[in-house]
Amino acid sequence: MGIISRGFGGRRRDSAPDLPPGQYLTHDFPVLSAGPTPRIPPNSWNFTITTETGAEHTWDWAAFTALPAEEVTRDIHCVTKWSKLGTTWKGVALDTLFEEVETAADFVMAHSAGGYTTNVPLDDLLDGKAWIAYEFDGEPLRPEHGGPARLLIPHLYFWKSAKWVRGLRMMHEDEPGFWESAGYHMYGDPWSEQRYHGD
Amino acid sequence: MSTRMGWRVATVSAARWETPTARTLTLEVPDWPGHLPGQHLDLRLTAEDGYSAQRSYSIGSAWPGTGPVEITVQRLADGEVSPYLTDVVEVGDRIELRGPIGGWFVWRSTRPAPVLLVAGGSGVVPLMSMIRQRGQVRGRQPFRLVYSVRGPEDACYADELRRRVRDDPGLDVHFVYTRRTPDGWPAPPKRIDVAVLNTHGWPPEFAPDVFVCGPTPFVETAADILVALGHDPVRVRTERFGGA
Repeated sequence: MGIISRGFGGRRRDSAPDLPPGQYLTHDFPVLSAGPTPRIPPNSWNFTITTETGAEHTWDWAAFTALPAEEVTRDIHCVTKWSKLGTTWKGVALDTLFEEVETAADFVMAHSAGGYTTNVPLDDLLDGKAWIAYEFDGEPLRPEHGGPARLLIPHLYFWKSAKWVRGLRMMHEDEPGFWESAGYHMYGDPWSEQRYHGD
Repeated sequence: MSTRMGWRVATVSAARWETPTARTLTLEVPDWPGHLPGQHLDLRLTAEDGYSAQRSYSIGSAWPGTGPVEITVQRLADGEVSPYLTDVVEVGDRIELRGPIGGWFVWRSTRPAPVLLVAGGSGVVPLMSMIRQRGQVRGRQPFRLVYSVRGPEDACYADELRRRVRDDPGLDVHFVYTRRTPDGWPAPPKRIDVAVLNTHGWPPEFAPDVFVCGPTPFVETAADILVALGHDPVRVRTERFGGA
């Protein structure tokens, strides 16, 4: 426990058992991006998984949205301390995409339009843990939230859920992405408060 | 190789109101490792029963500066932490913090490029750190700040900005008033638009480093305009707060 802050009671109006340590509840949907919002028409979007051997598996918007999609409701947690509970998304499970992909690599680098990257172990994308989402709350995903499609990995801090995702590249060794190179944690488990390098 | 960035106990050594709703706290932090302008810190408050709350705040001071670390906190009416920092904390109180954090939305004084700063409301705080850092190192990069506020009384650091502009021909500040203009202001209140950024920003061919900080709708608008004017999106760094 930290030092006591004189006169601080906290409002706790939003205390909820589902909140990871250090998080507070928000009811709006904050936007965090490192640069201007790319506006990507779906018909110019495609998504590519590149394996460690260089094999590429690409889906254009029509092929991607023809895949079986799932509707999922999950809590999301941003490293900047807000959490949003019970958010509803529609997207394609990574399990579905990886059915076509042969790989022995354990790590993945997600790449986004605009140059953003973030790393994640492959195990954290499979077994119903991650999606490429293209709807939020029943509406097409808006550009400022990563539309037309973003990665959704709800069990990790939300910077791992790369907006405007364009592809995944398989890696044998874990490598830091954009925020990880800037001092953020390589993995980012909200329940262990893995916010920054060394946490 | 990993070193845990630990919590430090800071002591509030000074406090002043910047506007009726924004207060600057000067924090004495033992062994503060220094920071780059644009970085932020995490602050943690703990109640007597152990309940605690954390928030991130941009650092407004330069390093090395007059005090180790300054933050300027805008009171949010329904906030949990900001009203405590604006209305309750007194000089001599202790606060836990850790940092500095963030390596993207930062200005390095070794960069030669001209700089365009675009601030909405309390989004000026990390940009002020850049202006102060430039003053500290006597940087000669031309700086322009376009600062959108509701009215004159909502501008943080107004006197200091006036003084710096007067003393330094390499620094320009242009205010955009969205609700109330000062007496004698030549135009009615308006929001930031193409004309403002075209006139008071740098031309894209000067390849300026651009930093935009403010509420989400403000940053979305400003960044969209800058890209439309021809600025390379890679040079436009943004920091947003609040929802869309």
